[in-house]
Amino acid sequence: MVGIVSSFSRSGVTNWLIQRISAVVMTAYILFVTAYLLANPGISYAQWAELNSLLSMRLFSLLTMASIASHAWIGIWCVLTDYVTVRLLGPKADMIRKVLQVGMVAVILVYLVWAIDILWGI
Amino acid sequence: MVDKKRPVNLDLGTIRLPITSYVSILHRISGVITFFGLAVMLWLLDLSLDSEQSFNMLKDLVAHPAVTFFVWGSLIALAYHTVAGIRHLVMDFGLGEESFNSGRNSAWIAVALSLLVILVITSWVLSW
Repeated sequence: MVGIVSSFSRSGVTNWLIQRISAVVMTAYILFVTAYLLANPGISYAQWAELNSLLSMRLFSLLTMASIASHAWIGIWCVLTDYVTVRLLGPKADMIRKVLQVGMVAVILVYLVWAIDILWGI
Repeated sequence: MVDKKRPVNLDLGTIRLPITSYVSILHRISGVITFFGLAVMLWLLDLSLDSEQSFNMLKDLVAHPAVTFFVWGSLIALAYHTVAGIRHLVMDFGLGEESFNSGRNSAWIAVALSLLVILVITSWVLSW
């Protein structure tokens, strides 16, 4: 059986909303970084490090990383519960899906810690 | 328990799918690729901020064919996923979801827009 225990917020409506809010945050981040790099061609290390040392930029990056974490959790949960199912893969599907879900959460945690290490290690 | 006799009405392998279906499944595939591509992005961000030496190394590094390919793959997957995602946000606000036709049209617009962005990314990546 596919349960909701491993879904991000346990509520479909809340997941739906988090998916949209995180998408807006990530889109804003992509647009800002792209615009900044386009406006500063041949940017130096000093300028790039200075930008990313600003508390506001660090928080924007961290907020984006948190958005990625929740967005990926919800999205990959949807994909796994749609395709890694008993109907499509047979009786072992439930176990395989749980292993993949744990792996997905582990990767997300590594990404989070790595991002914090990068941002606060400048 | 799972009822094995439960009917499955849509056998996707036997029907011709509309453009909206391809845009949807590509959205999922590009999302999964982007999830793994984030490792490449974080690696580049790490090198760009670690030290002046690693920052200066980046230009040569991304010119390596294997690195270029993974960065390009991550960027175009992210580009497609973002454009297709914006289409969802637009539809969530009630624009263009009233009929199958408008859904099909917005799907084609998403395809055209993402192809344009992918073209820009590809020409940028090829200049490395």
